[in-house]
Amino acid sequence: MRNIYLFLLRNSVLILFLILQFVSLYSLFNFNRFHEAALNMVASEIAGAVYRNTDKVESYLSLQSENNSLREQNARLLSLMPSGNILPDTGVTIVSKTIRIDSTSVAGQFNYLPARIISNSVFLQQNYMIIHRGREQGIEPNLAVVAPDGIIGTVVSAGANMSTVMSLLHRQSKVIAVLKKGSGLGEISWDGKDPGLLNLRKIPTTVEVNKGDSVVTSPYSDKFPPGYTIGIVERVEKDQETNTYLLWVRSSVDFNTVQHAFVVKNRLQEEIDQINKTIIRE
Amino acid sequence: MTLGIKHIVRFILLLAFQVLFLNRIPPLHQFIVPYIYFVFILWLPFRFSRAPLLLISFATGMLADFFFITPGLHAASCVLIGFLRPFLINLLLPKEQTEWGSEEPDRKTMGLFTYGIYLFAMTFVHHFYLILLEWMQFGDFFYFIGKLSATSVVSIFLIIIIDLFINRNSRNR
Repeated sequence: MRNIYLFLLRNSVLILFLILQFVSLYSLFNFNRFHEAALNMVASEIAGAVYRNTDKVESYLSLQSENNSLREQNARLLSLMPSGNILPDTGVTIVSKTIRIDSTSVAGQFNYLPARIISNSVFLQQNYMIIHRGREQGIEPNLAVVAPDGIIGTVVSAGANMSTVMSLLHRQSKVIAVLKKGSGLGEISWDGKDPGLLNLRKIPTTVEVNKGDSVVTSPYSDKFPPGYTIGIVERVEKDQETNTYLLWVRSSVDFNTVQHAFVVKNRLQEEIDQINKTIIRE
Repeated sequence: MTLGIKHIVRFILLLAFQVLFLNRIPPLHQFIVPYIYFVFILWLPFRFSRAPLLLISFATGMLADFFFITPGLHAASCVLIGFLRPFLINLLLPKEQTEWGSEEPDRKTMGLFTYGIYLFAMTFVHHFYLILLEWMQFGDFFYFIGKLSATSVVSIFLIIIIDLFINRNSRNR
């Protein structure tokens, strides 16, 4: 017994080293797998407070370009005003983007909550953003995040006033996407190299794909609003083994400068989840 | 006590430079992001004993991780260099570490050549472990080697520049 004590005493530094290594590696690999660590909540609040203040300066410097992009988006939204729409016969047709709240009012299926991006990175293998909105403003994990120009990522954890968003530039990020011209269903991922280029896989070679085709979110995704821009095909390659394409997509969002985002809430999410659950059970 | 405040201020400045500046400038190349915050550990006084050094390294890494949102990645590499530091200093310097008192590793106290080796070895170990952990998760060997060498060169270059501008030990006397 005494020898054990002596051994421990003599190697106390080594043991401390091993313990600290274990703690860091455990939190590293655990975090990546589950995207939810109590630590992360604290971290995003601490780091968030710092970033929030520096963001004030930075946002002032880029007011001009931000104004332009917001003006463009305003123009796009104005063109969508209901005055210009012809209402379909609701007795027969289902309007895919709207649902009935009660018998007299109709609301959009997707609810957009504005949020500022206060911290962002593009150079790591796993890039996250911090947005200045949290649980108290109705943000929950697993909601989609989009910018005016295209999709950005998914909320992975929500603190009280800040949330962490897994960027599209993350090695584990996967988003279902389709070609805008209608055919082909694939998966957007990122290879960790160029922050402007995304990969689109799993589209079968039977579909014709050209350089310059638009890629948008799929109607089958429950998180992302269908048909939201992702990017434009820049390079086409065929994967002979699996008979699918390997496409390089130039992202329509400039991840270096993006500052404004919308968190997208699907009002039907609960229903969709319930249906999914019953399918699995049966 | 003033010594403690000096180190805390230095730590805050280094971390702020890393987080608010180096992480935000557009990267030189898609995979080069220099890391310099860890020189804080290299610049701690000689007389620090091993256990507190390890704990401080761990705290340094964890705080950096908060800003990188990679809990554990930087902490692991910082703990490694905190652990190796005393061995390397013993190897490079003939004197016992306790004789140095509150002096810090520097090109004057260690000699230019020895200090250079110390800086280079520590930076390399830190980056190697950091990028190894990333590589273990994602693969691609040549990417790993390229990123390691390019990032190390840029980091060391930056650290040398900072070192030339700051004369640390003279202020102490």
